[in-house]
Amino acid sequence: MVENRKKMVEVKHLDITFNKGRRNQTLAVQNTSFDIFEGETFGLVGESGSGKTTIGRTIMKLYEPSAGEVLYDGTNVHDIKKKADLKQFHQDVQMIFQDPQASLDLRMKVKDIVAEGLDANGLVSGKDERDRIVEEMLETVGLKKEHANRYPHEFSGGQRQRIGIARALAMNPKFIIADEPISALDVSIQAQVVNLMQKLQEERNLTYLFIAHDLSMVKYISDRIGVLHWGKMVEIGTSDEVYNHPLHDYTRSLLSSIPEPDPEIEKAREPIIYDPTREMDGKERHMIEVAPEHFVWATEEEVPMYQERAREFGLI
Amino acid sequence: MTEKILEVNDLKINFNTDSGTVQAIRDVYFDLKPGETLALVGESGSGKSVTTRALMGLLAKNARIERGSVQFKGKELIDLPEDEYRDIRGSEIAMIFQDPMTSLDPTMKIGQQIAEPLIKHQKMGKKEAWDKALDMMNLVGIPNAEAHINDYPHQFSGGMRQRIVIAIALIDNPEVLIADEPTTALDVTIQAQILDLMKKIQKEFGTSIIFITHDLGVVAGMADRVAVMYAGQIVEIGTIDEIYGFPQHPYTWGLLNSMPTTQTDRGSLEAIPGTPPDLLNPPVGDAFAARNQYALAIDEKQQPPYFQLSPTHFAATWLLDEQAPEVVPPLTVRQRWAKYQQAHPDASNKHAKPVEASAILAR
Ligand SMILES: Nc1ncnc2c1ncn2[C@@H]1O[C@H](COP(=O)(O)OP(=O)(O)OP(=O)(O)O)[C@@H](O)[C@H]1O
Ligand SMILES: Nc1ncnc2c1ncn2[C@@H]1O[C@H](COP(=O)(O)OP(=O)(O)OP(=O)(O)O)[C@@H](O)[C@H]1O
Ligand SMILES: [Mg+2]
Ligand SMILES: [Mg+2]
Repeated sequence: MVENRKKMVEVKHLDITFNKGRRNQTLAVQNTSFDIFEGETFGLVGESGSGKTTIGRTIMKLYEPSAGEVLYDGTNVHDIKKKADLKQFHQDVQMIFQDPQASLDLRMKVKDIVAEGLDANGLVSGKDERDRIVEEMLETVGLKKEHANRYPHEFSGGQRQRIGIARALAMNPKFIIADEPISALDVSIQAQVVNLMQKLQEERNLTYLFIAHDLSMVKYISDRIGVLHWGKMVEIGTSDEVYNHPLHDYTRSLLSSIPEPDPEIEKAREPIIYDPTREMDGKERHMIEVAPEHFVWATEEEVPMYQERAREFGLI
Repeated sequence: MTEKILEVNDLKINFNTDSGTVQAIRDVYFDLKPGETLALVGESGSGKSVTTRALMGLLAKNARIERGSVQFKGKELIDLPEDEYRDIRGSEIAMIFQDPMTSLDPTMKIGQQIAEPLIKHQKMGKKEAWDKALDMMNLVGIPNAEAHINDYPHQFSGGMRQRIVIAIALIDNPEVLIADEPTTALDVTIQAQILDLMKKIQKEFGTSIIFITHDLGVVAGMADRVAVMYAGQIVEIGTIDEIYGFPQHPYTWGLLNSMPTTQTDRGSLEAIPGTPPDLLNPPVGDAFAARNQYALAIDEKQQPPYFQLSPTHFAATWLLDEQAPEVVPPLTVRQRWAKYQQAHPDASNKHAKPVEASAILAR
């Protein structure tokens, strides 16, 4: 089944290093590989600073890989250079940015922000059509058409995030990188936006890279999940398996810290602390398929241990 | 009765915009005691940030405080001259802002930004202040802090910037800490660390905290009391056990019901339908009525008063009126009630009495 699904995005042995050779050098992403299939939602979770945004921005062509490559629809994005191809790429691939404040031009009216990409790519024929799309998009994300004439600073944090979502959707993209698209929203709107993203996905066969740290939400929206730690992918699997049967210790620790809306549980919570010293032993690690479609970043010696865990869960 | 550190009384704030007057905060009452954590939760746009920015004297230029008072240790803060405010802000009342990028100076090294409150308020020497700043960076979990103390904000990830903002707010041990979505940008493990750090500092210094979040899971572990906001008003306020165990406002029910757990199946998440009202023309009756499946006829016409359920628990919904018909809340809420009533056999919503809003301040 998996074999004949089309790969929309292929990330291969990606390395991204900031400030190379300087004191503040940062190995933001190291030897990371994963695929995203057409029509699926790939959830990317992991510690703050683990490289999630950097990966998203690299797929968008905003950063150059230090090593490795990113393919979009079979083409290395690095090689997309012709004007027409770039235009198509920037229409097909949209990003919803993590920091709504920083990604919205505060001097622009909401309607011009939402139509920004449409204008830049000459995608609307006239003012009426432009207004219609803007209104439709604002309503789609739960804002009102009267908001079109206001400026970003007149909105709350969560409302601003929805402006960013409307802007991305207006381009009618094929692939959306959603970087923490809902973490600034309250739960009721989160549910609305996530349900909306799923509806649009079904209607338009969209593909999503969904970056978040809210694990219950990622589990809910994703088909598969990749777990990042310190720039390295440590586990990939279907969302059900990663959640219910995590194999890597870091994933286990993440799962043990999800807060629940119950004061009794919260007061008694004792999260599992992850000890990262083991992964710093300098040994070579690879993504090993421990159970069908369930990969863990491991040394040869660690494989039996993970297999044992998988067996306990009944995965193999 | 312990002294209150903060009391907000009948606060009303409007914004002038091209399209008209936005009535963002409409008659808000709450208070805060030393060492206490009050959570403000509620829909995006419900007025959480505006309320707290008003406490800090940091409202946007187009804001107008229509009426009300904010007392900090008995001192009125509304219309306080800016130079007096500057002594309070950052040292006595500190705020962690929702949008970390906007409260960091993009042109200034982060070490300097963290050390600045010490140099400014405590007149500490530069060397000592930078050492403290480094300690603080380590405390909030910036890896390899020493190598990055001279970096600029854009060189940090979203969550790291947020931790830097938290470091700035905590470094001067404020008496009141207002934390606006402080951990929303963080993953759960770092979030747990930061929440622990805040609790530790609170215990050591008796800090009072106003904690704004939409994550009811985080609130459950942090707060002593919870105020639920909707369309510029507090619709329900109570102790943490009262709000989670015995919630009464249908909006609170909706919030508790729209949180997915790892068990929620795809496509089955219950959102509260519709959108919040336009505060340019707030509705006449109960602002939540249009989205409320339990709405009564009177909700369209008249705003509900607060009904008092306990010395600490108030909810503004006509469902608590003695003439209201009995309704069946969502299953998850009924389960919460059942559990709560087992532990509190006297708990009942049958005899809640309508009271003046100021009764909230009389606990
Ligand atoms: N400068 C302004 N001019 C006009 N309206 C404003 C301004 N600032 C805020 N508002 C409006 O006031 C209301 C309350 O905003 P506030 O930022 O307090 O919401 P919030 O509860 O913090 O939401 P979020 O969870 O999204 O951060 C919103 O409807 C917002 O659009
Ligand atoms: N432009 C940059 N210059 C230097 N370092 C950077 C830059 N952008 C990111 N980094 C560093 O790269 C690492 C990964 O950052 P990234 O923003 O990808 O993390 P993230 O997983 O998205 O975290 P968060 O959940 O906090 O948003 C961090 O250590 C960060 O400090
Ligand atoms: Mg990020
Ligand atoms: Mg806010």
